[in-house]
Amino acid sequence: MNAPATDTAVTGRGAVFIDGVSKTYGSGPGAVEALSACTLAIEPGQFVAIVGPSGCGKSTLINILAGFDQPTDGSIRIDGRVVARPGDPPRPGPDRLVVFQHGALFPWMTVLDNVAYGPSRQGRLSRAEARREASALLQRLGLSPLADRYPAQISSGGQRRVEIARALMNDPAVLILDEPFRAMDSLTKQRMHATVLEMHALIPKTVLFVTHDLDEALLLSDRVVVMTTRPGRIKLDVAVDLPRPRGVEVAAGEAFLALKRRTHEAVYEEARRAFEAGERELA
Amino acid sequence: MQAASLTDGSARSSALARARRLSLGRAQWRGAIAIVAFVALWQAGAATGLIGGGNLASPWESFLVFLRDYAGDAAYWQGWLISIQRVVLGFVVAQVLGVPLGILFGTSRRFRRLVFPVFELLRPIPPLAWVPLSILFWPTTESSIVFITMLGAFFIIVINVFDGVRSVPEAYVWQARSLGAKPWTIVRRIYLPALLPAIAAGMTLGITVTWNVLIAAEMIASDAGLGRLTWEGYVSGASAVVIVGMVSIGVAGALSSALIVWLERRLTPWAEDERRRRGGSR
Repeated sequence: MNAPATDTAVTGRGAVFIDGVSKTYGSGPGAVEALSACTLAIEPGQFVAIVGPSGCGKSTLINILAGFDQPTDGSIRIDGRVVARPGDPPRPGPDRLVVFQHGALFPWMTVLDNVAYGPSRQGRLSRAEARREASALLQRLGLSPLADRYPAQISSGGQRRVEIARALMNDPAVLILDEPFRAMDSLTKQRMHATVLEMHALIPKTVLFVTHDLDEALLLSDRVVVMTTRPGRIKLDVAVDLPRPRGVEVAAGEAFLALKRRTHEAVYEEARRAFEAGERELA
Repeated sequence: MQAASLTDGSARSSALARARRLSLGRAQWRGAIAIVAFVALWQAGAATGLIGGGNLASPWESFLVFLRDYAGDAAYWQGWLISIQRVVLGFVVAQVLGVPLGILFGTSRRFRRLVFPVFELLRPIPPLAWVPLSILFWPTTESSIVFITMLGAFFIIVINVFDGVRSVPEAYVWQARSLGAKPWTIVRRIYLPALLPAIAAGMTLGITVTWNVLIAAEMIASDAGLGRLTWEGYVSGASAVVIVGMVSIGVAGALSSALIVWLERRLTPWAEDERRRRGGSR
């Protein structure tokens, strides 16, 4: 059933090939299998959403991709280069950047300094050059008015946008969004969806977007991957062939609803299994 | 419509700002009235002998003694200088040793398991219990006084920094590593700034303890300083001198605290909103 996937067909910058990645925590009878043989080939520039109930191994997968954890089996390649495999110490890098759920802007730096931090830290640009480029990027993304503020002085929506800008500043091969809008109210969330669509149209990076919100996933992505509850496997992989550029009004269209009908059952079934397994946090 | 509501809003907010300034003034007035009332009660109590049975100098009498014997006395100001020197030295050494130790406790499990038990055993010992040993141990009285003063702030700063490290979000560290920061850079550029509020909290608590310990140490072991002045007042039965000493210590302590609050504001402007949310108009 599973044809051996290859990443040779995938070319260009930002090709992510997750090749049979498994992760087991602990060993012996107390071992917990979090991920089981996940394989996923992502094309450059593709916006992929991973949907599943809490505890389905989404976080484990992105921790391995980002270089915060190592797999027990399988490997991950980016543009043909191995970035994770068993035995290698986890090594995070500016080619795979995460926007975290609760945000991780450095509160003691202004927005501009946060965005300029990566390139100057890596020694790619001098401090002055990095600040100049950061300023240009903020301008491009419409965030210039925030440049001199501290993170605590801007809204959570503004903080996430700045954080995406900080990641984009490093020209990553893949941008990983880890439920970045989870704690937001629905109106702010809608604004953020529109912003993310605009940003992706402007700077089309490969994006791995982790969420437990199916509507959000369908609205934003080219492809929705549904994961099973623990151990995490890939249950369903659906192309979202809604035309781009998209606006948030797409969510009211017939094509969107047809896609939702196709995927909803799979997500709901996993949510129920997770619930029955004692996972109280539902998708 | 839009513009009208905007100007409305800004007019309201400036009225609010005015009101806030006024209410702040009122709060200060209350403070001033309370101090005056306290001094007046003391004056009345001391003069009539109701408080202290005639042995307690009144504030006016103490003030006169201060003007006559101390305000123009070089030795008195020398005492200030000596005490301040001891506090600054002890306090700075406590920070220099305590901040790295707290960071080590917070970041290295191996180091914590090795050293923390010893630290926890020494921590409950009151700094003054160290007086006999440190007099034996240190070559000069001066160094043993500074050592004891240092101890007063040291344990507090270590515990505050250790606690602070544990509350630094892991995501900051991961993000910094992803963006290319090496371990030492993470300590300097991530932990240190993230810890500044915790360090400032430790300093605020620590400075008070430092003064407490210093004064006691001076009473026991020194021949100079504000603590010594207070003690000499007691020995010679001059309660006005005791009061001059006590008030001097109070003023010195309050000035040090104000200095630390000022430093905190200067070093962590980014935490200003957080301070305001906590309602900390100190």
